[in-house]
Amino acid sequence: MGTATEIAPSAAATYTGETIVNDLVIEVATSNGTGSQSANLVLMRSIFRMGVPVGAKNLFPSNIQGLPTWFTIRANGDGWIAKRVAPDVFIAMNEESVEDDLAKLRPGAVLLLRTALKGFLKRNDLIVYECPFDEMVKDVDVKLRKMVVNMAYVGVVGWLLNIEMEAIDAAIHKQFAAKAKAAEINVVCARKGWAWAAEHLRKKDPFLLRRLDKTKGKIIVEGNNATALGLTFGGCTFLAWYPITPSSTCAEALIDYLSEHRKDAATGKATFCAVQAEDELGAIGMVVGAGWVGARACTTTSGPGISLMSEIAGLSYFAEIPAVIVDVQRMGPSTGLPTRTCQGDMLKAYYLSHGDTKHILFIPKNPKEAFEMGSRLFDVAEHYQTLVFMMTDLDLGMNYWMSDRFEMPTHREDRGKVLTAADLDRLGQFARYKDVDGDGICYRTLPGTDHDLAAYFTRGTGHTERATYTEKPADWQRNMDRLARKFETVRRELPPPEEDLTGSPVGVIAYGTSDEAVAEARHLLRLEEGLETDYLRVLALPAHVRVKEFLSSHRVTYVVEQNRDAQMRAIFAAEFPESASRVRSVLHYSGDPIDARSVVEGIVKQEKR
Amino acid sequence: MATATPTSTPTPQAPAVNRLNRQLPDYKGLPSTLCAGCGHDVITGQIARAYWESGVEPWSLAKLSGIGCSSKTTAYFLSKSHGFNAVHGRMAAIAAGVTAANRRLALIGVSGDGDTASIGFSHFLHTVRRNVRMVYVIENNGVYGLTKGQFSATADRGSVRKGGVDVNESYPIDCCALAIEMGCSFVARSFSGDTKQLLQLLKAAIAHPGMAVLDVVSPCITFNNHEGSTKSYKFAKAQEDPLHEIGFVPHFEPMLVDVDPGKTKVIDLPDGGKITLTKLATDYDPANRAGALNLLAQDKIERRFHTGLIYHNPSPSLSFIEQMGMVDEPLATLPQSSTRPGREVLEQVMESLS
Ligand SMILES: Cc1ncc(C[n+]2csc(CCOP(=O)(O)OP(=O)(O)O)c2C)c(N)n1
Ligand code: SF4
Ligand SMILES: [Mg+2]
Repeated sequence: MGTATEIAPSAAATYTGETIVNDLVIEVATSNGTGSQSANLVLMRSIFRMGVPVGAKNLFPSNIQGLPTWFTIRANGDGWIAKRVAPDVFIAMNEESVEDDLAKLRPGAVLLLRTALKGFLKRNDLIVYECPFDEMVKDVDVKLRKMVVNMAYVGVVGWLLNIEMEAIDAAIHKQFAAKAKAAEINVVCARKGWAWAAEHLRKKDPFLLRRLDKTKGKIIVEGNNATALGLTFGGCTFLAWYPITPSSTCAEALIDYLSEHRKDAATGKATFCAVQAEDELGAIGMVVGAGWVGARACTTTSGPGISLMSEIAGLSYFAEIPAVIVDVQRMGPSTGLPTRTCQGDMLKAYYLSHGDTKHILFIPKNPKEAFEMGSRLFDVAEHYQTLVFMMTDLDLGMNYWMSDRFEMPTHREDRGKVLTAADLDRLGQFARYKDVDGDGICYRTLPGTDHDLAAYFTRGTGHTERATYTEKPADWQRNMDRLARKFETVRRELPPPEEDLTGSPVGVIAYGTSDEAVAEARHLLRLEEGLETDYLRVLALPAHVRVKEFLSSHRVTYVVEQNRDAQMRAIFAAEFPESASRVRSVLHYSGDPIDARSVVEGIVKQEKR
Repeated sequence: MATATPTSTPTPQAPAVNRLNRQLPDYKGLPSTLCAGCGHDVITGQIARAYWESGVEPWSLAKLSGIGCSSKTTAYFLSKSHGFNAVHGRMAAIAAGVTAANRRLALIGVSGDGDTASIGFSHFLHTVRRNVRMVYVIENNGVYGLTKGQFSATADRGSVRKGGVDVNESYPIDCCALAIEMGCSFVARSFSGDTKQLLQLLKAAIAHPGMAVLDVVSPCITFNNHEGSTKSYKFAKAQEDPLHEIGFVPHFEPMLVDVDPGKTKVIDLPDGGKITLTKLATDYDPANRAGALNLLAQDKIERRFHTGLIYHNPSPSLSFIEQMGMVDEPLATLPQSSTRPGREVLEQVMESLS
């Protein structure tokens, strides 16, 4: 095989023109199911291995073969790796989308055009490299050609942008870790691409990558994987789920982790139970059943599943049964766009169910936080005996993120106020819904507790402190008030928001995956507009009192959200009405992840008004 | 039973106790709030007695139900057991979570024909498929009692609603036939008016190591007890046709009577208990799956009402818990040391992602 052959130097060796180093966006248009995902990940990992911060967004139609897919990689030496629109380097592989793809490119963009598609090129304001990718791999076994042709563009773009061949080699071996033979063939094809480029191309664009030291100790991970790992280390003992994009890979990763790492050492038996339910009603029903008995139980789903879970969400709230839902948000309403991202379930999840119902929401910004929050969800659900959501989204869940390593949780698990048979002996009495400690959180017993005082009757109907049926107005209101009191205990105890205060009268609030784009937007606002901003990121709902203070202490606060109806702002307006008139929105809801430029424009437009 | 002692002053009779030394009141619940004469109350009484006679610790049992008059009844028996009166139609799904969280819990689910055959139909069928170990009682009155008498999906064709105007034209759902179809290994039909049979069936169901489905015709005195109803007390009483006389001997009691093998079939249960089926008019073999389905199909066509143990599979498949390959201890009480993997596991995963 040709791996030992000499590698020609990259374009950087002889290029003398103007350069833009470590600041570019590469976009690759391929068709789904052709192995392009592997090639794109290799490209991403190669840059990562050169120590250059890198982010990636995969825009895919569905998991069905043959439809167009766009993979965007952003490499940035300063660490700005949120989505950025208008790629600098575009690799056109897919005939189905090529016409639109080429029309959309910004003037001056670099285009690597598959020779077979050259008839589609109708512009002369691009820097074009015509590449016979198919020709480069023509002597590869015909069955593999369709897959490995993608590796040829990795080689070409590697030569062109000065991605180190060793980094590409290593990335390929990582990608095909379990398949040595496949790795070899891919290495060969990447080299063929490189060699062809070295022989036939002359660099005429400014983009270059150069080794840095900024990815040491970091990992590349999808948010769903991180969430699953968090749930695993958080002591998950029960999962019930129903497949739905973009959450399925979270449940599947969780099952994989549990199956591998949660077997009893002595017997090899599982310390968990994972069930694929008949639907989301069944899934949340099982979770609430398991939580009632004392399992650390969760489900993973997305918007349509949340809608179906609504009734039992209210049961969890009102009967005070611990439960965890991971909502990997996708574009709604209705079936919406299963493969596009959104923060569109915030309002729905917060108030999910009928009557006066409110839930705890955790909103991670990146995989590390998804892991950390994921590992605490059961503690919170059991501590407050209620439903807890973790609100991630497709962008976080299904994209590959560069991340700091996750740290081993050191906290002791919190099982909440549970009375054992010995406690009951000591106390001589038990009232399930009595607020003994004044924090709104009552004591519970688990079914199966060996004591005649342990039993109580759980119901979604009106109940007294002793869990008997009641329709008395005073009983009803007392219980509702106690639940409200419990929610205020939650508000006090949840993690406070993250803040970056500069003394500016202009505030920005964001949550979840908007964080990176907002951070970059603030940087751009300072640089381009001379506008300093204060920043607050909400980590959880109910919102901390610091949010209230932030809103009231700024002339104006822009709440950045990835939905149309300003859902978080609506929650603030309900809970902090005194500041409602000082709050404005920056909204992004195209289905693409939010980008800094949109945030800048959204703020500047309103500041100039 | 207590015996009189030969002393001069007569002592009061000691109350009857079960093998746990518990009296029947330990198995009772709160007073019922259902309509006087409702069939459901009769079933409630037999459930309490069945658990008492079976010597089940009340605290080791969980009672689950959905919503409906029938579902309310879990409050009226076994007050010393945890009860969960959940939401309409989802009890069967909840049961899967409950059993997973604590495999040692005994489970009884009480549901109605609306709760099971309409809103919760999917969960019912899937829970049967999973073979969740539980006693699943459908208190079948052909109507939605709680919402005032609308037809349910088990109402027979041609049956007339109270008021005499509405006639049901839709085909009825037979929960017994569907349970057999979904692989259930214990399927029985009974009648709240036949307490003797019902009690024995309940005790056998309690001993069954898988899902046991009991469809019990239980007249709604208020909304479906009129002329033209096929779920009225009068109709059921007149039409009930027991397949056999059923007896049950728990594993902790000796078989007291000699059985005539020509007349009585004995089914040995895995825990050592025995079901006895004594022949009545015809010979019926509950182990014959096709025969059972055929009987139910004919019953539907000919409007017959057979009761008894309709289907019993002597070698049932693995229960849900067994399929899951779980540890013997309840998941609910596993300590952190078994549920949080070690630091080295996280390090290894981090390494694989670097
Ligand atoms: C989601 C939902 N829809 C409707 C109802 C109203 N509802 C309560 S009980 C019931 C029917 C109960 O019928 P069944 O299960 O046969 O019980 P029965 O009262 O006849 O014993 C209905 C429709 C409800 N509680 N929840
Ligand atoms: S309405 Fe019918 S089912 Fe409900 S309690 Fe009354 S008699 Fe029973
Ligand atoms: Mg009914």
